[in-house]
Amino acid sequence: MSADLGTILPEILLSLFAILGLLGAVYTGKDALASALVWVTSAVFLGLAAWIGLSGEGTHIAFNGMFVDDGFARFAKVVILLSAAAVLVMSEGYMKSRDLLRFEYPVLVALSVVGMMMMVSAGDLMALYMGLELQSLALYVVASLRRDSARSTEAGLKYFVLGALSSGLLLYGASLVYGYAGTTLFSGIIQTAQHGDVSLGLLFGLIFLIAGLAFKVSAVPFHMWTPDVYEGAPTPVTAFFATAPKVAAMALFARVMHDAFGGAIKDWSQVVALLSVLSMLLGAFAAIGQTNIKRLMAYSSIAHMGYALIGLAAGTALGIQSMLVYMAIYVTMNIGTFAFILMMERDGQPVTDISALNQFAKREPGKALAMLVLMFSLAGVPPMLGFFAKFGVWQAGVDAGLVWLVVVSAFASAIGAYYYLRIVFFMYFGSEDGAIEVNGSKTLWVFLMGAAAIIGIAWVPGINMFGIGAIAELAATSLVN
Amino acid sequence: MSVFAFYLFAISVVTGGFFTVVSRNPVHSVLWLILAFLSSAGLFVLLGAEFVAMLLIIVYVGAVAVLFLFVVMMLDIDFAELKAEMAKYMPLALLIALVILMQFVIAFGAWETNAAAEGLRAQITPVDRHNTEALGLILYDDYFLLFQLSGLILLVAMIGAIVLTLRHRTDVKRQDVVAQMMRDPAKAMELKDIKPGQGL
Repeated sequence: MSADLGTILPEILLSLFAILGLLGAVYTGKDALASALVWVTSAVFLGLAAWIGLSGEGTHIAFNGMFVDDGFARFAKVVILLSAAAVLVMSEGYMKSRDLLRFEYPVLVALSVVGMMMMVSAGDLMALYMGLELQSLALYVVASLRRDSARSTEAGLKYFVLGALSSGLLLYGASLVYGYAGTTLFSGIIQTAQHGDVSLGLLFGLIFLIAGLAFKVSAVPFHMWTPDVYEGAPTPVTAFFATAPKVAAMALFARVMHDAFGGAIKDWSQVVALLSVLSMLLGAFAAIGQTNIKRLMAYSSIAHMGYALIGLAAGTALGIQSMLVYMAIYVTMNIGTFAFILMMERDGQPVTDISALNQFAKREPGKALAMLVLMFSLAGVPPMLGFFAKFGVWQAGVDAGLVWLVVVSAFASAIGAYYYLRIVFFMYFGSEDGAIEVNGSKTLWVFLMGAAAIIGIAWVPGINMFGIGAIAELAATSLVN
Repeated sequence: MSVFAFYLFAISVVTGGFFTVVSRNPVHSVLWLILAFLSSAGLFVLLGAEFVAMLLIIVYVGAVAVLFLFVVMMLDIDFAELKAEMAKYMPLALLIALVILMQFVIAFGAWETNAAAEGLRAQITPVDRHNTEALGLILYDDYFLLFQLSGLILLVAMIGAIVLTLRHRTDVKRQDVVAQMMRDPAKAMELKDIKPGQGL
């Protein structure tokens, strides 16, 4: 038992921190402490990320296989922790100036990060579900944090109802899998689920599980909640939704498919490929008509999940590697973009209309250039980092014989480029001045410029994408072998 | 005898569930729901899981169902109107339900269990142990991690309820314990010696 506890020490420490932070704030300053708590929570995230990233080694299995700590889990955890820390720090100024910053916010984010860490380390269907619920429940609450706004509460309620529905699908699938395999442990299921030997009932369970997981990564046709929730939730919360939970859900998806159904890759790969195609196409076409930048980012995230799913559909170690790299790059781009969105305001009020960006480049060339780099990267224009992310999954797709998927994906990416480049067009060649001010705190500026710099220079040969490819390869081989 | 009991309980579960859905009066719905809970508790007793049966009665009937009853009685919602709204979608919903039902018939018709599953599955009722004891051993030993996680989930639910509903009002008179304790009888009261028959 004590060795088991040692394996989940990061999770234990983070939960204890959340509980102590909650108690401390309740008994002393309450909301006056919120700012400090946000900074301390991000510092704790950073510390844990450094600890997990630098000291973790090998594969440890705890609690009879319910918890797996391997290279794959550690990679996902580091990305989750870093992005959560970044988003927390970014949200502090915005929420404070709009009287939204409450001390429960960092506590709930910390608890949802605990849930995400459990998700990516799950080795059992029940552990998977517990992690997923812990994560989601905290997210439902932060979605409706602006409780006096009808939109925000609507976002929270919609997310909650559809999330509950998806949990139902997932649980039903899990029960069917249990009925077939007689165990909920992934290590037990993989022994019973081998290709060519998969019974119809198990296939039903697998499909239900995939449907539940597709809800969480917002893959089409389970994406309906995404635009409304992204639009309604307070912008910093939207930034959080678009980063850490997506990484966690995607990693969990890969973990279930490979750890529990690794013997039946052919059976699930076609389903994942279908989800991927639909997400890419819908993300590309539906975003064209959007005028609200938060809704646009929602469709953009749907499309990006589609690209990342190509890596999963490939069903190889290379596929998982490219998927992990894709998620890390996606998170970096989104943090930069949301830092910009958080700064957009007019007369002190937040603005989310795209046309407000008209002629922005004339007034603030520096920030406009950073946004241009980010948009080019999201569109996948070489030599920005976003192109290499797409190139990686295409390579994995071709390698696994999914040429048709890669062709459709290139088509979708060409269409999707339109709406990213439209934002750039507005900024540089817009007709009349949108009179928008982009002047958030120094912190936001640092995140915008930092993300743009990383995205812009990573292709330089000596930098070699900061070595992320090699780390992801190690992580992928620990999952697929 | 136990077969008879099984069918008795099973029929009342299905009847209770059916009338929960179709009752016009929401209070009747909740009462039917309680019947369904009680009958399922009976089914659990037949399976030898008496602890779960008691839990079902105490938690579901005792707390949840009664809470439902209160909420339904206190909320002023016109359920008939909601149901009329639902009736519009009924044909389509029935069609989809039928398709799903057929698919499940196919799936369960061809159902097979893995050869190794029987051995992997946990025994429903351990022979050497008391029911409650066995559950406790699983919950606090094998599923220790899951148990703690569900505790965290409940904590999040509690924080969420407070975050979304609690509003601090400034015009409320609150109890100040220290001020209460420091009250001095000499300052708070005045003793007067009144002679009988004279009045104040």
